[in-house]
Amino acid sequence: MAWLDTIIQGILLGGLYALFAAGLSLVFGIMRLVNLAHGDLIVLAAFLILVLASVLGLNPFIAALVAMPLMFAIGWALQFFLLNRTLGTDILPPLLVTFGLSIVIQNGLLEGFTADSRRISVGGLESASLAIGPINVGVMPLLTLASAIAVIVGLNQLFYRTSLGRAFRATSDDPVTAGLMGIRPKRIFATATGIAMVVVTIAALYLGTRANFDPTIGPARLIYAFEAVIIGGLGSLWGTLAGGIVIGIAQTFGAAINPEWQILAGHLAFLLVLLVRPRGLFPRAVD
Amino acid sequence: MALLETRNLIARYGDFQALFGVDIALDQGETIAIIGANGAGKTTLMRSISGILVNQPGAVLFDGAEIGALPAPDIVARGIAMVPEGRKLFPSLSVEENLLIGRYGRAVDGHWSLDTVYELFPILRERRANPGTALSGGQQQMVAIGRALMSNPRVLLCDEISLGLAPVVIKDIYAAFPRIRAAGASIVMVEQDIGQALMVADRVYCMMEGRITLSGAPSDLTREKIHAAYFGVA
Repeated sequence: MAWLDTIIQGILLGGLYALFAAGLSLVFGIMRLVNLAHGDLIVLAAFLILVLASVLGLNPFIAALVAMPLMFAIGWALQFFLLNRTLGTDILPPLLVTFGLSIVIQNGLLEGFTADSRRISVGGLESASLAIGPINVGVMPLLTLASAIAVIVGLNQLFYRTSLGRAFRATSDDPVTAGLMGIRPKRIFATATGIAMVVVTIAALYLGTRANFDPTIGPARLIYAFEAVIIGGLGSLWGTLAGGIVIGIAQTFGAAINPEWQILAGHLAFLLVLLVRPRGLFPRAVD
Repeated sequence: MALLETRNLIARYGDFQALFGVDIALDQGETIAIIGANGAGKTTLMRSISGILVNQPGAVLFDGAEIGALPAPDIVARGIAMVPEGRKLFPSLSVEENLLIGRYGRAVDGHWSLDTVYELFPILRERRANPGTALSGGQQQMVAIGRALMSNPRVLLCDEISLGLAPVVIKDIYAAFPRIRAAGASIVMVEQDIGQALMVADRVYCMMEGRITLSGAPSDLTREKIHAAYFGVA
């Protein structure tokens, strides 16, 4: 049963990676913008939840709900006033600007919160578990996976069942012609980044309750997010979930063999998928 | 007063000047055709009116208001919709989604809706769930026209709608225009097919090298005059 336990724990861990990656996938899918500050924005959101929970005495889940509109506003403003100016045929400006943003966020958080590790406490939920047959499953990891699936389903519904989703896809296809339809591409991009920051807040909640975090861990989360997005296929939301799960399972198997191999196994799985399917497991039909 | 007018319209792409003081006028209920050879500036004129290229405010007037400096979303909100050259359907959207995006973000009153567009082009109802770009060229052009109609425009700009289509398909598409006019739209049509333009337009403008070189009712334009204005030779 140990292997079954390993797979299930890997799937649950994959839920967290899928949450890291969903916002990145959304932004890339619509704007073809690679946000190198994505991991740091997750950490920023985690600190925001921590502050709201500790200063206002809120339950972390409520604090996350309060943080969501704040992060939406930050994302909207960031895209509208800064990142929109970097978009164009050259991919270098957004890379440079988001790299700079990553450094600014890290140093800002270091100034404000020091380099000490923090954790968001959810009390008894942290150690609560459910027995599913012979396997014990942690409630928080289960909630993480459920949230990841809910986020992917929600984003898919938004994309394929709403007028805003049509505008996202149309603007992604051709922003000039989208303008002829009455769509304002800069606002659409800002809205997309705002929504991505809401997803980032959900990811931050589970990051902060699962393990310690400090201002410098963002870039490592970015790498996991990148790997999940690329394994899944650029711009594919369900692929992102699959990509997260692939990394999660690889890491838990690696850890089962030798705890030092956990991170390495995830990266090797990523390289393996790249070798076999360079466009990922579920590439979008239209790129 | 003309419904739509350009006054001394100038357009540039960087250092390259494409239009040199173009004046055209479209009256309510009228169809005008812009003809000219490749590179004459016809599409630039359409892009200037539709807001893709921004000009001086007074260079384009719609219903007496200066709209030359407005961006494309504001232009379509005022009632000017464009069928762009090359159709430019959205590959990620189905036929029906392509039509629906034509009225994005606003409640639009008027004759045109999904049902009336499907009545105009029945084949689109059958293909409603297909990706827009999976259709034949003629059907894609129908989607592009339907998409523009969905905003119930007062002015419809059509840029080279017959380009690359078989004559029989062009005939089918042009057969829809009397109904479009009857529903209240005035039309600016860019055409390379002179015969087609003379057949459907109330007035014709001929362009060459970014300037209007001839204008008038089709009945007043002789073959020789058009030839001279089109190619710049007497």
